[in-house]
Amino acid sequence: MSGKLFAVVVILIALASAVPIVTHTFMGATVAPPPDISTHGAEIDKQMDETMIEAGLSFLAAQIVLGIFVWGAAGAKGKLKNFPGGAKYLILAAILLVGAEAIALGAIGSKAWAKVYFQPASADALPIQVQAGQFAFYFRYAGPDGKFGALHPEKIDEGNSNFFGLDPENDIPARDDIQSGELVVPVNKEIHLMMHAKDVGHSFYVRELRIQQDFVPGLDLSLHFTATKIGKYEIVCTQLCGLGHYNMKAYINVMSQDDFNAWLKSQSNT
Amino acid sequence: MSEASAHVVHHGPPTSFIRKHVFSLDHKVIGKQYYALALVAVFTGMVLSWIMRIHLVWPNAPIPLLGLLSKVGAPGGIVTPEYYLSLMTMHGTLMVFFVLTNAPFAAFGNYFLPIQIGAEDMAFPRFNMMSFWTTFIAFCILVAAFFVPDGPPLSGWTAYAPLSAIGKDTGPGEGLGQTLWALSIFVFCIASLLGSLNFIATTLDLRTKGMTLARMPIVSWAWFITSCIALLAFAVLLPACLLLILDRAAGTSFFIPSGLNVSDHLQPHQGGSPLLWQHLFWFFGHPEVYIAILPAIGIVSHILICNMRKPMLSHKTIIYCMMGIGFLSYMVWGHHMFLSGMNPFSALVFSFPTLMITIPATIMTLIWLGSLYGSNLRINSASLFSIGFISMFVSGGVSGFFLAQPSIDIYLHATYFVVGHFHMVMGVAAIMGVFAGTYFWFPKMTGRMMSETLGKWHFFFTLIGTYAIFMPFHYLGLAGNVRRYSAFTDDFLVPLIPVHKFITYAALFTGAAQLIFIFNLIYSRFKGAPAPDNPWECTSLEWSTPSSPPPFDNFGGQHLVVYHDPHQYGVKSSTGDYLMQTSPERAGETP
Amino acid sequence: MATTLQPPQTEAERQPRSHSGTGSGGGFHGSVPDRRSLPAVKDSSGEPTRTGIWVGLSAIAMMFAALTSALYVREGAATDWHHIVLPPILWFNTLALIASSIALEVARRRIAAFMRGQEGNRSVPMLWLQITMLLGLVFVVGQYLAWLNLRSQGLYLPTNPNSSFFYVFTGVHVLHVLGGLGGLTRVMLKFHSTTNPLRRSTLDATSYYWHFMGMLWIYLLFVLWMKL
Repeated sequence: MSGKLFAVVVILIALASAVPIVTHTFMGATVAPPPDISTHGAEIDKQMDETMIEAGLSFLAAQIVLGIFVWGAAGAKGKLKNFPGGAKYLILAAILLVGAEAIALGAIGSKAWAKVYFQPASADALPIQVQAGQFAFYFRYAGPDGKFGALHPEKIDEGNSNFFGLDPENDIPARDDIQSGELVVPVNKEIHLMMHAKDVGHSFYVRELRIQQDFVPGLDLSLHFTATKIGKYEIVCTQLCGLGHYNMKAYINVMSQDDFNAWLKSQSNT
Repeated sequence: MSEASAHVVHHGPPTSFIRKHVFSLDHKVIGKQYYALALVAVFTGMVLSWIMRIHLVWPNAPIPLLGLLSKVGAPGGIVTPEYYLSLMTMHGTLMVFFVLTNAPFAAFGNYFLPIQIGAEDMAFPRFNMMSFWTTFIAFCILVAAFFVPDGPPLSGWTAYAPLSAIGKDTGPGEGLGQTLWALSIFVFCIASLLGSLNFIATTLDLRTKGMTLARMPIVSWAWFITSCIALLAFAVLLPACLLLILDRAAGTSFFIPSGLNVSDHLQPHQGGSPLLWQHLFWFFGHPEVYIAILPAIGIVSHILICNMRKPMLSHKTIIYCMMGIGFLSYMVWGHHMFLSGMNPFSALVFSFPTLMITIPATIMTLIWLGSLYGSNLRINSASLFSIGFISMFVSGGVSGFFLAQPSIDIYLHATYFVVGHFHMVMGVAAIMGVFAGTYFWFPKMTGRMMSETLGKWHFFFTLIGTYAIFMPFHYLGLAGNVRRYSAFTDDFLVPLIPVHKFITYAALFTGAAQLIFIFNLIYSRFKGAPAPDNPWECTSLEWSTPSSPPPFDNFGGQHLVVYHDPHQYGVKSSTGDYLMQTSPERAGETP
Repeated sequence: MATTLQPPQTEAERQPRSHSGTGSGGGFHGSVPDRRSLPAVKDSSGEPTRTGIWVGLSAIAMMFAALTSALYVREGAATDWHHIVLPPILWFNTLALIASSIALEVARRRIAAFMRGQEGNRSVPMLWLQITMLLGLVFVVGQYLAWLNLRSQGLYLPTNPNSSFFYVFTGVHVLHVLGGLGGLTRVMLKFHSTTNPLRRSTLDATSYYWHFMGMLWIYLLFVLWMKL
């Protein structure tokens, strides 16, 4: 009795689990990635969909087969039967199916990965520095001179809005650097994000842009992306950094090129 | 290695209370001590998870008694953000180390490995006793972190540097508590190495006459393979913890780079590498998750063979798969670090063996399924938890397929998708293996049967409950719900709170269901029906002991001779449809 | 606890031979005690101790492998690698440790001769064991002097990564050497005792451990010399 109950329960659980995957809703919430607004995200999404189909079918098949076999075997008392062919076909099936899937997904997926990580930012990408510190992101633009001033950690003074530890008195390129609490970028323009950690490890995550990258103290890391849709999107920290980790966020504000130019000009004038 | 027993009489029967129950050399007592420690740890870890889940969905609800534990961390019983992270850190640490490494491996392995190979005790009983008490000391050091002024550490069970390495400047929770954590794990590593030493030497050298390696039960193989993995893995975590302690306490810069401004304090450290900690930790950490799951794989295989009344389609394959998993487990650690800033090319290098590990796991699953077909599966609590294990292992395993691909990991890393994956495939699956082992071996360990009725209720509540908790984690992950957040204030997270409420209700329900198990365990220990020596009609040597519980030297002075492998089921014999390993009878035809 | 001085009955003497069951391995091959062994040494089961020491040494080797890779990674992580001059006493300490291994081997041979009855009393083997221990202590003291030498140069544990690794490598190694000295003490006590005599396996295991400490030290010295 319990065996057959198990069979029914496990199949029901499997089917019930699949429903939110298909409908993208659970408990009234949308449980799917938001629409992609990046130039590289389509391949990632395609990869996820393909994986979901393969993983989903494997999951359903395994649970249903488990249920059926247990239904048949539970409490049975008759002659024992062996699975036709014994172990060897199963082993072969596992190797071939999984091996093929793994190689295919691995090979295809590497292209999407390479697009984000193997190619450096193009030469005319807009360079913006982002500094992550407990518990905020700050962004820096090079200003009209096109050069970033040097960072001096000992000069950081949040009270006086010197978030990056710039030294405008002695460091000429630093004088026109623009600091911002919001990442403002023009649409359809490649951005080269230079990542700097002020204190401990953090991470940069924008769901809609399909990008995520850790900040590592002591390492100069960078990320590049192109946003394709105007709007405001959340940037959140995804690497445990202390008590304020849950609240550490900023916005990326994607605007038209004209609006961006105007914004940049207004920042320079202050 | 010779198959004959090294006939070693290690120690006479204990006489004093201390020698019998406290500082015992008897592997059976030590196994029970590990089990008891794991019970305390799992109960603590579970309560911590309830507090976490309640805080996430009802952040302003005061939690009774918590304010007494920490006035600073939970004033008036309301959990602060830092205390949430501290509770989370302790939850993970307790569960991974003191539950998942202890229960299926140290507890059941210590109790049953020597018996299953026909030995009187482990090879080194004094080391064995030391390894338990060292584990206990490690546990005490860890729990002490709850009571220091700065509270427990908050850097997660993964303790990434420099958050874990700098010290108090990084904020509350990173004072003495973090150092105690590192010390506790350091001590735990030593205990674990001693334990692995025992398992390996015992398996290789103490098998009784006729017990070739090929005739060992699958679960003994699982314990043996696990101890080989553990030997090398814990040997790496040990120096990592040492270096972490030195960074914290001695001013060294193994993991802390130059130029850090933490809370307006410029740190004096120079030139260290946070990635070095991650490499060392995950080089241990990935084999660790297989240390957690392989014994459970062995236990459920063992239980299923007995209850199916038929051998697996191929035992050798399962054993080779376990070895393959053990070997591959050392090549994949970088899949925890795809986005860490290490060379992106290495992400692809790590991704390949990660995907390949799916193969032995799938082979084992197909063999389990194929073996169930046509079997005469006896349904009892142990076999139910064993087939429940298969279901959970599959569910948790398929989500790994996503995370193994770096391009998909870009989106899913550090989300609840990961948390759902490892809880299902490692946490719940291994716990189901522990439950299965408990129901199966309780009669041998105590001489009494557990209540089957209560066991079945426990099983179905747990199966449904754990699915209800952890399946939605994957949905949250697909929505991008970031993990290790003490509250959901972001625009895209607020709409997901109803999902979290569902999970919290499921967690509290499932937690309550475990009371059925605890009650069953305690009640049956004293009032359970007396058990026959071999209630499950199982062939392996633990069912050949002259009594339940076995005498102090396991076989009452006999030196067993083994004639068969442990898979003589479905055969005609004088005992029924099975042949004990010690039976000199030849197998008849299959009935 | 079997306190008899006679070698215990072998399995073959006590039980009937096994039938050829399903797929059993080769014939019985019991743990026959060493026929050469004499009353002072009983050898009921050598195997687990020897297996155990190899297993333990693997773990120790793995730990130092982890530390070595930490050293390499740390060197590459920053530009603050400042070469330090290794204290010259290290070379003398190395010689002492190698000499102690040689002394231990002489001791083992003397003990074997004593077992065969070719050696009259325990004092010569005991002397060689004592020489081994003494040289081991010389090594430990010498390592401490090396530390003092570094301190006199202003190189402490946190001074720079090179000094950090120097202290960590030598410190962890010397802790294990101290453990080895403990093992040697146990061997000496047992060799003297009649109620708790020395087993061949104990002597072997302790010796393997001690030699491994020597070889490990040579490896560490090489790494320190090359990298630091």
